[in-house]
Amino acid sequence: MEVSFDLLIGAIVAGLLLGGFYAAVTAGISISFGMLDIVNIAHPGFIILGSYIAYIVNLEFGVDPVIVSVVMLPVFYLLGTAIYQVYYLSFEKRGQESLRGLAFFFGVLFVTEVVLLLAFGVDYRYVEAPYIGPSLHFGPIDLPLRMLVPCLVALTMFAALQIFITRTFIGRAILAVSQDQFALQLMAVDPVRIKRIAFGLSIATASVAGALLIIIQPVEPSVGREYIGRVFAICVLGGLGSMPGTLIAAMLLGVVESITATFYGPSWAPAIAFGFLLLTLAFRPSGLLGR
Amino acid sequence: MIAIATGLFLLIRAPDVEYFFVAGYTIVQYVVLATAWNILGGYTGYVNFGSAAFFAMGAYSTVALATFANQLDDLVPESIAPLLHLVFPLSIPVLIVIGGLVSGVVGFGMGYLTLRLRGAFFAIATLALAVVLQTLVVNWEFVGGSGGAYVVRPGEFPGLGSYMQYLFALMMGLAVLALVTARTIERSRLGYGFAAIRDDELAAEASGVPTLRLKLIATTLSGALMGMAGAPFPYYIGYLQPQSAFGLEYAVNSIAMPMIGGTMSWVGPLVGTLLLGTLQQVANVTISSAVNLLLVGLLLIGFVIVAPNGIVGLVQDRLWTRSRK
Repeated sequence: MEVSFDLLIGAIVAGLLLGGFYAAVTAGISISFGMLDIVNIAHPGFIILGSYIAYIVNLEFGVDPVIVSVVMLPVFYLLGTAIYQVYYLSFEKRGQESLRGLAFFFGVLFVTEVVLLLAFGVDYRYVEAPYIGPSLHFGPIDLPLRMLVPCLVALTMFAALQIFITRTFIGRAILAVSQDQFALQLMAVDPVRIKRIAFGLSIATASVAGALLIIIQPVEPSVGREYIGRVFAICVLGGLGSMPGTLIAAMLLGVVESITATFYGPSWAPAIAFGFLLLTLAFRPSGLLGR
Repeated sequence: MIAIATGLFLLIRAPDVEYFFVAGYTIVQYVVLATAWNILGGYTGYVNFGSAAFFAMGAYSTVALATFANQLDDLVPESIAPLLHLVFPLSIPVLIVIGGLVSGVVGFGMGYLTLRLRGAFFAIATLALAVVLQTLVVNWEFVGGSGGAYVVRPGEFPGLGSYMQYLFALMMGLAVLALVTARTIERSRLGYGFAAIRDDELAAEASGVPTLRLKLIATTLSGALMGMAGAPFPYYIGYLQPQSAFGLEYAVNSIAMPMIGGTMSWVGPLVGTLLLGTLQQVANVTISSAVNLLLVGLLLIGFVIVAPNGIVGLVQDRLWTRSRK
């Protein structure tokens, strides 16, 4: 009995660390899907892109993946604004975002994956950093640094985003655009510009999330697909557009997945997220902290 | 339409090259998948990213039943075994119906859980469904688990020659069924209801269109057709792995083909499939399968941006402007 209790504590701690990382992965979706109503299913594709950039720079110059991802933030931001511009002109402006916009992002996801596949093949890639390998020990609890560091970075990014959104003018404008776009126009703010900034931000988070992903686990081009179910489950469970809700939901999913993996085997873990998603949709579609 | 299909079949049979059947089967299979996708996606505007899941459900019900037939004597008590031997192994048309039923039920369940919400939820749920069903199949040893399962294909089919021809003929029949279904829907009350949902669901609901019921009919029908397309697949491929049954190319192609052809009428998916399917078969042989997938992705993005109504839309626009001149 003693052993399984330790196992449970270990699983919960590992789950919380994993949850912190999931929060970073979901942050972008929380902005694009939750606030802007843009169903960006290509988001995991950009995360994998971030992973590969971190991988290349790490391999060539030995730079820490987290630093690489922070340096790449502006590039991802610009990429995001460019994609939003295309999306806006081709779909939102014509009022066709539902069907064709979805197909568009699906195509983008698919193309990213295939391009990475053609460039790097299906081999698993990984990075090297001083904190990959050693662990901290507190009694029965193991804190592997390769999980702890991503979790801390993720939480920092998450906190920064939350402060930006609730405290600054543009952040509040993003919140406003999610509620009433027309009213924003009356205040002489261009909603398209605000949405462009917000979407750029959401893609920028993918740079950091990607670097964290490749620290946690080896990456190959199709890994992103596993995260689609996860990120949307977290986003919906947390309540669309609610950043604190997203964090709680991410932690919850991390813990449940980790416990499942410990007691039933890791091959069942992908099904958990979907179960969560379906239960949420069936019983509380507005999520934990939904408006 | 049946006449055309029979004619095509005889035409392809004429040169007696087995490869035409192998390649043709894939293309005709996509006709079924694309048409099935379009019944939900094109007519009602609800995007299904999980075509691969529905397809694989059909394929795996075949595998499960075939495995059951093989191990019949070990699995059931001796008293009823001879009775079951009369029924098993099931013939492929029966398996197609079963595959269709299974996927139809899954489609209904999915729709029931998610269709009361905004359309995006349905799309996301279908995407996740593929991942979960794959997890289930990978963990289900009876149908081969992650390693896959063999299904022995009989060498010949009486009266038609090779078994591949038989499979091809069956798939051709399914394609005709799918196209006729789509065409019938389009010109019926059901089709107008679907179109009303696509254009403005709130308005449709307000004017008395039973939206939820219609959407459920669409998901069930579309799922069932995809399952039917998947049922003969294990016999076609001979060795079924989760990765091949749940392959992303099914999801992508069954979206790309109607989108490129045009989603408004039954002709669109057919045109899109024939074009893209043939292109893919050629690219598969001449370049590589990864490049061919890239091609599909780029074409999909290009078409949704530049020609939102697909090839059929472009042609209609052209005819429209000419007739006005």
